[in-house]
Amino acid sequence: MAQVELRNVRKTYPGSAAEVIKGVDVSVGDGEFLVLLGPSGCGKSTLLRMVAGLESISSGDAVIDGKTVNQLEPKDRNIAMVFQNYALYPHMSVFDNMAYGLKVAGLPKAEIAQRVGEAAEMLELTPYLERKPRALSGGQRQRVAMGRAIVRKPAAFLFDEPLSNLDAKLRTSMRMQIKQLQRRLGVTSLYVTHDQVEAMTLADRIMILNQGVVEQIGTPMEVYSQPASLFVAAFIGAPGMNFMDGTVSGGGHAVTLKTGEVLSLGSGAVASAQDGREVTLGIRPEHFALTPEGDGAHLTLTADYIEQLGADTLVHGKFGTGMLVVRVAGERSVAEGDKLALTATPEHLHLFDRESGRRIG
Amino acid sequence: MIETRQTGRLIAHFLLIVAVIAMGFPLYYTFIASTHTSSEILSPPLSMLPGSNIAGAYGLALTKGASSAGNVSMTLMLWNSLVMALAIAIGKIVISMLSAYAIVFFRFPLRLVCFWMIFITLMLPVEVRIVPTYQVIVSLGLLDTYAGLTVPLMASATATFLFRQFFLTIPDELVEAARLDGAGAMRFFKDILLPLSRTNIAALFVVTFIYGWTQYLWPLLVTTDPAMGTIIVALKKMVNFSDADTPWDAVMATAILALLPPVAVIVGMQKLFVKGLVETEK
Ligand SMILES: Nc1ncnc2c1ncn2[C@@H]1O[C@H](COP(=O)(O)OP(=O)(O)OP(=O)(O)O)[C@@H](O)[C@H]1O
Ligand SMILES: [Mg+2]
Repeated sequence: MAQVELRNVRKTYPGSAAEVIKGVDVSVGDGEFLVLLGPSGCGKSTLLRMVAGLESISSGDAVIDGKTVNQLEPKDRNIAMVFQNYALYPHMSVFDNMAYGLKVAGLPKAEIAQRVGEAAEMLELTPYLERKPRALSGGQRQRVAMGRAIVRKPAAFLFDEPLSNLDAKLRTSMRMQIKQLQRRLGVTSLYVTHDQVEAMTLADRIMILNQGVVEQIGTPMEVYSQPASLFVAAFIGAPGMNFMDGTVSGGGHAVTLKTGEVLSLGSGAVASAQDGREVTLGIRPEHFALTPEGDGAHLTLTADYIEQLGADTLVHGKFGTGMLVVRVAGERSVAEGDKLALTATPEHLHLFDRESGRRIG
Repeated sequence: MIETRQTGRLIAHFLLIVAVIAMGFPLYYTFIASTHTSSEILSPPLSMLPGSNIAGAYGLALTKGASSAGNVSMTLMLWNSLVMALAIAIGKIVISMLSAYAIVFFRFPLRLVCFWMIFITLMLPVEVRIVPTYQVIVSLGLLDTYAGLTVPLMASATATFLFRQFFLTIPDELVEAARLDGAGAMRFFKDILLPLSRTNIAALFVVTFIYGWTQYLWPLLVTTDPAMGTIIVALKKMVNFSDADTPWDAVMATAILALLPPVAVIVGMQKLFVKGLVETEK
């Protein structure tokens, strides 16, 4: 169990000019579950592999348990990694797959058998110990990969999209298992995914990466309710946040949309000096409320396309020059062509600078 | 429909039977000849049934051979051939596996140059470099030695290339998992690469064993002492221009004897060999 710290870590792959990781600072607390989230190619795997020691660190430091590990071989970093394709040794039994690292480390046979036995018990793999990976289902292979990590009793677990080869249902149940296991063992974990649901459900804190830059680090709720940038706001939540262009008005107490509507910022008012600043206003689909026509409505939307999900209904409609998505309760019947009068609660409005995309207020 | 399928099957069977006969008959006839005396063989037609000289023919081959081949026993020739074929097969596998390992898994300067140098030798058959190689063996004083017989034939671009292709199919993650498990270069080779290559090694062993066993030109060049010859060379030497001087019964027996070890290797390795050809382990 240990802390994992990255200090201004940068990475440029040899032979390519572009910097892939552009100065990442993060400290993962003892027993914390940090999820690295971001779109494909943003450098999540690269970052994780630098912690594992599978890629060199171009500049900056990786610190595990208070010790700078930049120059250490992966095996000496006291970490265990779970790969997307499991990377099990095809010619070894499940037992040997889990035991191999311990054998190499020269542990006594009895201790190996005991540790593997415990891990197998925990992961419900005991009946399969003699099988080859080929004879296992995807979920079972995934658990063997987990077992291989567990038996080493590492300071930290590193996961690189460990669930993305599983079907949706299995993914949900494995997600829960991983979380419970991590809680139970209390091992510091770094988990890479591009699936925001996975990130929200697993993480103690989420770190959102965009093209090698950290956009935000925060708890799932912080990331959801206080997105630090347009990028985070758009990335977290499904369907994504609605964005509208506008300017700050009313001495910092309101936003005037390009389409003319004025939305009060309520307690989220910004300094009056901000008046006239060009902003992008963000509202999540679930933060609109339907009101009777004319009753203090802020916006009116013509329903264009309707998706019924059961519990909720998503209404897509034209607004101004763009589209808005609104989530309404499943019982509320909406038909295409209906005009919906909407209000948006002030505390759920997000303001971002139009130029930099950073959050205001 | 059924009829055409049946005629199709008949035709297929007919073709297969013809092929089996075409392949098998010379072998059968050689065997029959090896059970008759030399004079019976020389006065056609030869019976299609085994004769009674089986002990005589094989006894002669295994003890004395023929005067034209230096009167050495074929037991010794079989032994020499076995040593040569095994040394070449094992040597080829060891060398090519190690060089492929280096080329695929290690970054060192001129790695690609090394690969291409090995690869380019594929273009040169043994015969092209046989004279300089012979010169080297003579200078090293390796004529009439097992080393002289085998070492020059061990390096193999083909086998290196095959192992390289196989190693390239091993996922990076597997290599990385082994690194995380603390397996060093040698450990990885022994514990992971070797077992994964099992079927490839078996297939290559069969092919290279037969290659070594059937060598003719090279052993003929580098051995002058009849006792150092191989069975293939001896077989050729036993046959004289004049039929009268050729102990045909012993020749036929030797031919059969020369066939047996490669057949034994193929049969013994068949299971692994076929697996190596058809199945790529996941
Ligand atoms: N070995 C390499 N050499 C050069 N560039 C690389 C190498 N590996 C990755 N990259 C580049 O680094 C960037 C980040 O790659 P990385 O694999 O870390 O992305 P990722 O966030 O894990 O994406 P994904 O979700 O698709 O796995 C990409 O632009 C990729 O092209
Ligand atoms: Mg990745």
